[in-house]
Amino acid sequence: MWTQIAFWACAVGAVATGVAVFRVDSMARATFALLASFIFASGTVFLLNLAYLGVLVILMMIMEMVVMVVFMIMYMMNPAGLMPMTMVHNQKGSLAIAGGVFVALAVGISLVRWPTSDAARPADPTRALGEALMGSKMLVMMVIGLCLFATMVATVVLATNRGRYDRYGDRLDAKRPDDPVRGGLNR
Amino acid sequence: MVDELPWWGGLVLPLALGLLVAAAASWDSLLSARASGANAGQALTLPFREAGGLLVQQRRRTLAADTLLWRGGALALVVAGVLASLVTPFGRWAVADLSIGIVWFNAMEVVAWAAVWLVGWGANSAYGLIGGYRFIAQGLAYELPHMFALITAALGAGSLRVADVVAAQDSLWFVAWMPIAFVVYLLSVLAMSYWGPFDQAVGADIAGGATAELSGVDRLVFAAGRWLLLVSGAAFAVPLFLGGGAGPLLPSWLWTLVKTVAVLGLLVWVRRRIPTVRMERYEEVAWLVLIPLTLLQALVVAIVVIAR
Repeated sequence: MWTQIAFWACAVGAVATGVAVFRVDSMARATFALLASFIFASGTVFLLNLAYLGVLVILMMIMEMVVMVVFMIMYMMNPAGLMPMTMVHNQKGSLAIAGGVFVALAVGISLVRWPTSDAARPADPTRALGEALMGSKMLVMMVIGLCLFATMVATVVLATNRGRYDRYGDRLDAKRPDDPVRGGLNR
Repeated sequence: MVDELPWWGGLVLPLALGLLVAAAASWDSLLSARASGANAGQALTLPFREAGGLLVQQRRRTLAADTLLWRGGALALVVAGVLASLVTPFGRWAVADLSIGIVWFNAMEVVAWAAVWLVGWGANSAYGLIGGYRFIAQGLAYELPHMFALITAALGAGSLRVADVVAAQDSLWFVAWMPIAFVVYLLSVLAMSYWGPFDQAVGADIAGGATAELSGVDRLVFAAGRWLLLVSGAAFAVPLFLGGGAGPLLPSWLWTLVKTVAVLGLLVWVRRRIPTVRMERYEEVAWLVLIPLTLLQALVVAIVVIAR
């Protein structure tokens, strides 16, 4: 009974805050409406008894959205909602696309024969998840991790306008890097 | 070992945290009175009189403030401070003994990132916004070493359940063989509640930063949330590194209380002794010194766990 109530509360909350993302006229509100939507969605993950994944969604989404809001406000017009603004562009086209995707997904969900499993639930889903990721899929995880890290380093290298010649001089022989902001290690 | 309290545990928890907050605020006030030579007796009750004053103070209004996000941020801070302590065992009892207690605690602490930024943003004030951005920079500096410190304790116990972490310290407290993780944990608790050396987000150089435009009840709620984060962090150090309720003679709940008060008193004292650290400086220290150190600490613990 209460799981039904909780599910519908989370589902309605997630959709309502999701709609709010496109209705509010401020970037800060849109970002935090999106965060609220993700937190409602994590509630449904809790209902599947996957507490670890549910908490992880909350943890990662908060950090991610807070970092995102900084960039959104830096780059977007009208961050504070002081002027009229809409998050929706090409309204007719996007309505058609969104409606089409919704119908396709809804039809798909009801037509597909979902697989069932006789296997018993693992006693500890967190451990089962860890073993699944770290056991046979370890190679995949390592490759993905390496790619992500390489992407981050490459992005930073491409984004910064200061290279090692700016820091260590034309002959790279400066003892201390010449940085506009000194760090805490006095290097 | 740890029993879950019935439903009323959730009602007792805010009260217990509130008492600890009151004690810590009085201790802080007493320390500053001793430093300035003021009357010690009056200093003990000063936080309560200040709280009363804020309750009757009229709210300051700012032009085009985003009131929803502004108030919501301060409220979220308080709620997160209380929810983080949900998994902290008090002697034999905890409000909730989640199988993923450590991750839960961490997730609730991270709410402070959003909350402080929202408070800084909501007022539509430049200084407030700068304070909010400073706190995010601070978060990026402290969060990774903090997570590695938490993981190290979980690794030593082989479980994310707080009760198991306490049980694993039967013979030897984690602080004895994870000293680096313990120190990094305490540092990040200070940074998380933006106190002491890490108070740049609410620094005097930007007129109080995130708190610049807060007044009346809003300021009280925000300050309460900040104290709650400090108290929750100090209390969680006890099951994580200090053996929980373990100790001779006294009952386990009393030991938990004694240890919590000791950690809290130390944190409040330390933050008065050290000048503010600028975030671009701490950032480099955190990433180039603390992260490698905590990784080494985790490696040592992992080797011990495998060899055992």
